[in-house]
Amino acid sequence: MHVLERAQFDTLLEALQQHGRQVIGPVRRDGVIGYEPVRSAGDLPVGWADEQEAGRYRLHHKDHGRLFDYTAGFHTWKRYLYPPTAVLWQASRDNGRLSFETPSETPPKFALLGVRACELHAIAIQDKVFLDGAHPDPAYAVRRNNAFIIAVNCGRAGGTCFCASMETGPRAQGGYDLALTEVAEDGRHYFTVEAGTKKGERLLDELELREAIEAERAAAAAAVEAAANQMGRQMPVDGLRELLAANPESPRWEAVAKRCLCCANCTMACPTCFCSTVHDSAAMTGETAKRERVWDSCFTMEFSYVHGGSVRKDASSRYRQWMTHKLSSWHDQFGSSGCVGCGRCITWCPVGIDITEEAWLLQEAHGGPTRTGE
Amino acid sequence: MAKKTQGSQRPKLAVWKFSSCDGCQLSLLDCEDELLDVAGAVEIAYFPEATRAVVKGPYDVSLVEGSVSTPEDAQRIQHVRRQSRVLVTIGACATAGGIQALRNFANVEDFTRAVYAMPEHIEALSTSTPISYHVFVDFELRGCPINKTQLVEVIGAFLLGRRPNVPTYSVCVECKRRGSPCVMVAQGIPCLGPVTQAGCGALCPAYNRGCYGCFGPMETPNTAACSAQLQALGMDDPQLTRVYRTFNAWSEAFRRESEIHDA
Ligand code: SF4
Ligand code: SF4
Ligand code: SF4
Ligand code: SF4
Repeated sequence: MHVLERAQFDTLLEALQQHGRQVIGPVRRDGVIGYEPVRSAGDLPVGWADEQEAGRYRLHHKDHGRLFDYTAGFHTWKRYLYPPTAVLWQASRDNGRLSFETPSETPPKFALLGVRACELHAIAIQDKVFLDGAHPDPAYAVRRNNAFIIAVNCGRAGGTCFCASMETGPRAQGGYDLALTEVAEDGRHYFTVEAGTKKGERLLDELELREAIEAERAAAAAAVEAAANQMGRQMPVDGLRELLAANPESPRWEAVAKRCLCCANCTMACPTCFCSTVHDSAAMTGETAKRERVWDSCFTMEFSYVHGGSVRKDASSRYRQWMTHKLSSWHDQFGSSGCVGCGRCITWCPVGIDITEEAWLLQEAHGGPTRTGE
Repeated sequence: MAKKTQGSQRPKLAVWKFSSCDGCQLSLLDCEDELLDVAGAVEIAYFPEATRAVVKGPYDVSLVEGSVSTPEDAQRIQHVRRQSRVLVTIGACATAGGIQALRNFANVEDFTRAVYAMPEHIEALSTSTPISYHVFVDFELRGCPINKTQLVEVIGAFLLGRRPNVPTYSVCVECKRRGSPCVMVAQGIPCLGPVTQAGCGALCPAYNRGCYGCFGPMETPNTAACSAQLQALGMDDPQLTRVYRTFNAWSEAFRRESEIHDA
């Protein structure tokens, strides 16, 4: 374990840039912290912390000068690895001859700065979706394979976080090139740094950082420990997978449908949701055409459209699809939960529908554990 | 390709105006590059906003802007329908009655007396209604004003004989794809995005404003749940009635929700 002083932080960013990388990290704008291009430490949300609740997000400024005191950002890293809109192919007709081409633009080599433990798990889940199997997704693969990941261990948990109950955080357990832990106490401000890959080690060597002393290691460990004890929420995972599979007719689905807008914000905000649709378009002259892929959601009518109409007509069946996929059938499909406990679907639901609350209500309605532990 | 009416080389496109502000027709003129393609692909047969030349009907595709708000409108739309193979309505006036449908909630004579010096010369129906109340409509393109990219898509789709790709889901989908922070959640600003159909690219939230509902109700609008949240953000009943009563006031879902809060 090494130590990067706060005053040296720009040397890390400069090293990444010298390697031809575009650094994407936390940036404050329009009242939120999102993930956007970062040039220097001055672009980071120095001293800003978020307050998250169901359907509510606010930022507050503090004097501690921390760079990473916010929790899960407004954006997700999928925005960069699996962009919301991507051209899959273009076609043109020249003297009656049709030719197809794949888009030629090469995406930047990203360095993703500030990836949280839950987000590392989310990236691993999307890797499984897009890279495993016979037909890896080329658009995802090129972005993902070129990305350098700098994780940040959480020193504080947010109001809608529940990674502890999903066993995905708050400490990064792998899937990063470098992992930082921020410590700001007793007049000092530094980061402990660990490498997770050879690429990470090489960058560490270049930075020529000193080894951490015992007191620094202990301070970093204590910071992450504190976050684990601050979880805003808890997911009642015991038996949940089976319970969801067994209760497609639960009266809970009608109950939540009364509040659900079918607006799709939850799926768009979720770091693991991967659904997309394709649109074909042609120029009026019929000389050129293209196929684009855009993010889609199981909350739209078109998503379940088969000949004659949509299969999931009402909100109850759409909310059930979302929640059952995340917490039950995802296990069957990909061998893990589809939820990493980041809390975004709770925070960014305009009406504050809470997936953990819905899970508790389902458990309680069908003989599972109760919140009072009875 | 769309079937061509007899005697014409290219399909004939007509643009018609009813009670409206011309903003939607101007969207077509605003498609500089695409318009050249449109002009190459179709014969612009009747488009008083752009040309004085009139080519006789029948027409392959008619774009209709505006609502029916006078006795003359009500007759003329029948004539347009008879001459049009495909009839597409464009904009909030044509698809929902427009802002002038506010009269539907009141007594139109009170308005004419208040606005005009000689109200006896005004011949207006007591309601402003969408074109689909009067004739069969092949496709409705929403928006106040319409989105020009969607307009080109619709014209192109009818010319090539395929279904137009015009999503009916919420504005929130576009808002999130665009990466704009939700103004409801992050700033407590009331937004109609969750109950409004996409099409504008989530323009207002990108500039820290709530959605005004220009594209009318989305496919499955849960206006009751949306209103409950707007109330939680501080809106009272009169304000709620007002947010639903703008350009798409007479659309079924917005009209009903506005009436619930109109004591
Ligand atoms: S389901 Fe919700 S809490 Fe779970 S990963 Fe997705 S957004 Fe995060
Ligand atoms: S929850 Fe819905 S949008 Fe998300 S991955 Fe599953 S089906 Fe797709
Ligand atoms: S759960 Fe919330 S965010 Fe998701 S579709 Fe329903 S209202 Fe929208
Ligand atoms: S700002 Fe409005 S349109 Fe955008 S996500 Fe929020 S509620 Fe939806």
